[in-house]
Amino acid sequence: MAAIEAVDLVVRYGSTVAVDGLSLSVDPGEVVALLGPNGAGKTSTVESLEGYRRPAGGRVRVLGLDPRTDRVRLVPRIGVMLQRGGVYPAMTARQVLALFAAFYPDPEDPEELIARVGLRGVDRTPWRRLSGGEQQRLSLALALVGRPEVAFLDEPTAGVDPAGRIAIREVVRDLGAAGRSVLLTTHDLEEAERVAHRVVIVAGGKVVAVGTPTELMAAGSRSIRFGAPPGLDRAGLAEVMGAAVFEEQPGEYRVDAPADPAAVARLTAWLAEKNLPLADLRAGRHTLEDVFLQLTSGRSVAETDRERSRRR
Amino acid sequence: MTEAAPGAGMRTAFRPVVAQARAEVGMTLRRGDSLLLALGIPVLLLVFFSVVDVLPTGTRHPVDFLAPGILSLAVMSTAMVSLGIATGFERSYGVLKRLGTTPLGRPALLAAKTTAVLVVEVLQTAVLVPVAVGLGWRPGGDAGLAVAAALLGTVAFAGIGMLMAGTLRAEATLAGANGLYLVLLLLGGMVVPLAKLPGALRAVSRALPAAALSGALSGGLGTGHVVAHDWIVLAAWALGAPAAAALSFRWE
Repeated sequence: MAAIEAVDLVVRYGSTVAVDGLSLSVDPGEVVALLGPNGAGKTSTVESLEGYRRPAGGRVRVLGLDPRTDRVRLVPRIGVMLQRGGVYPAMTARQVLALFAAFYPDPEDPEELIARVGLRGVDRTPWRRLSGGEQQRLSLALALVGRPEVAFLDEPTAGVDPAGRIAIREVVRDLGAAGRSVLLTTHDLEEAERVAHRVVIVAGGKVVAVGTPTELMAAGSRSIRFGAPPGLDRAGLAEVMGAAVFEEQPGEYRVDAPADPAAVARLTAWLAEKNLPLADLRAGRHTLEDVFLQLTSGRSVAETDRERSRRR
Repeated sequence: MTEAAPGAGMRTAFRPVVAQARAEVGMTLRRGDSLLLALGIPVLLLVFFSVVDVLPTGTRHPVDFLAPGILSLAVMSTAMVSLGIATGFERSYGVLKRLGTTPLGRPALLAAKTTAVLVVEVLQTAVLVPVAVGLGWRPGGDAGLAVAAALLGTVAFAGIGMLMAGTLRAEATLAGANGLYLVLLLLGGMVVPLAKLPGALRAVSRALPAAALSGALSGGLGTGHVVAHDWIVLAAWALGAPAAAALSFRWE
């Protein structure tokens, strides 16, 4: 059974559709990043799973329970980190962790948790005087104090300094390693790549791609790009490669063949035969950023490539 | 955890409420503005107008009129102003939202807030009654009636405070609760006897919970008799205000 499941989820605010038929699932022990630009429907999705929003359509289940009707049974087993706020401004990390610990049957030790998220030095400072990054770390600690089986983290590293980011990511990865499920939202690609087993890319309230970071980056690797002297015999090369060859800019070529070693070998052999120099061979691999930008702007990698070649 | 110990289950069930109530009392007593409201202003008004006999109290000693009035003020300040403002800010800080996904739950949160209000009121009484007695007040009548009236008043004022906290922006609740506090202080028979108000104003104030509470407390702690009108007004507010709050409350 999936730990977290949304099927055809629809969330509306008045006439605005925030989430438009979104489906996703998170397995036990899996860390999944919901990646997308602002306004993509990430928070609405997470808040539906947390039971804050009533879906206008579709179905959400967490640990097999309905977040709204089974709230009392569900909340002891989940941990929530809101996008912002959520803590009494006058309370210190110690006080608020001790308070929240009293809500759960088998809580974590607040002292140990303070050390784990790196708040040792400021554990007696009121929330309102903590830096943005320290507040985020305390929010994370509060999400974990009840030893949740499932954690929802809405932009856990937003506004956090680099050291804090590293600390938070480590805590998140440990959760997955300990068999807990994590659904986090982010618009930071690097973060998704570093902490998530799987990435769900959303735009306009819909899922536009799902996969491991590696799979997503490989999705665009249906071409080989290389630099060589301008004016190559493209027809000849196309015959050898068994694929179309484009000169995207003078001296920059694209072969629409799968970027496997055999194809690369045929290309280099052909160039060697003709005694041509080879500059900067790139076997397809897009960065996650390429994939993300193309997907979230509503066009596939292939479409963008076609447009690029048409323009030339 | 010692599962076998008798009462362990009960203690576990009440642990969240007790922890939350303690946190609520602690925050109230550590905030300067709420201490001023809970104790500073009531003590100041009680002492000043008991010693400086300028109010048209109609009693031989001003403290005989003032003591029940100031006790009513104490109830109003804690149940309506302090509770309303604190809850309004908790809502705007997202604290109420965040508590919504803990096992505390809304009924337990309300129970904790109620407990905290009652604890602060007991502390206020423990300070104000000795001060009033020191100023020459001799309470009589029926303490049971006074407690019943204070409880009804607490529910009514808490309902008004929560109604504001759940519907207005925090800053508007802050301004509104303080403004209402001043109006009800003047119209509520707490420092100025209702008899001194002009006819139309008196009619309005007799329909408000402040005058009903001060009337009931002064009756209960004086002659030992509370007029039916005061009970009816208090009961109506104690039912209506929390119901309105419950129906309109926005947690985010």
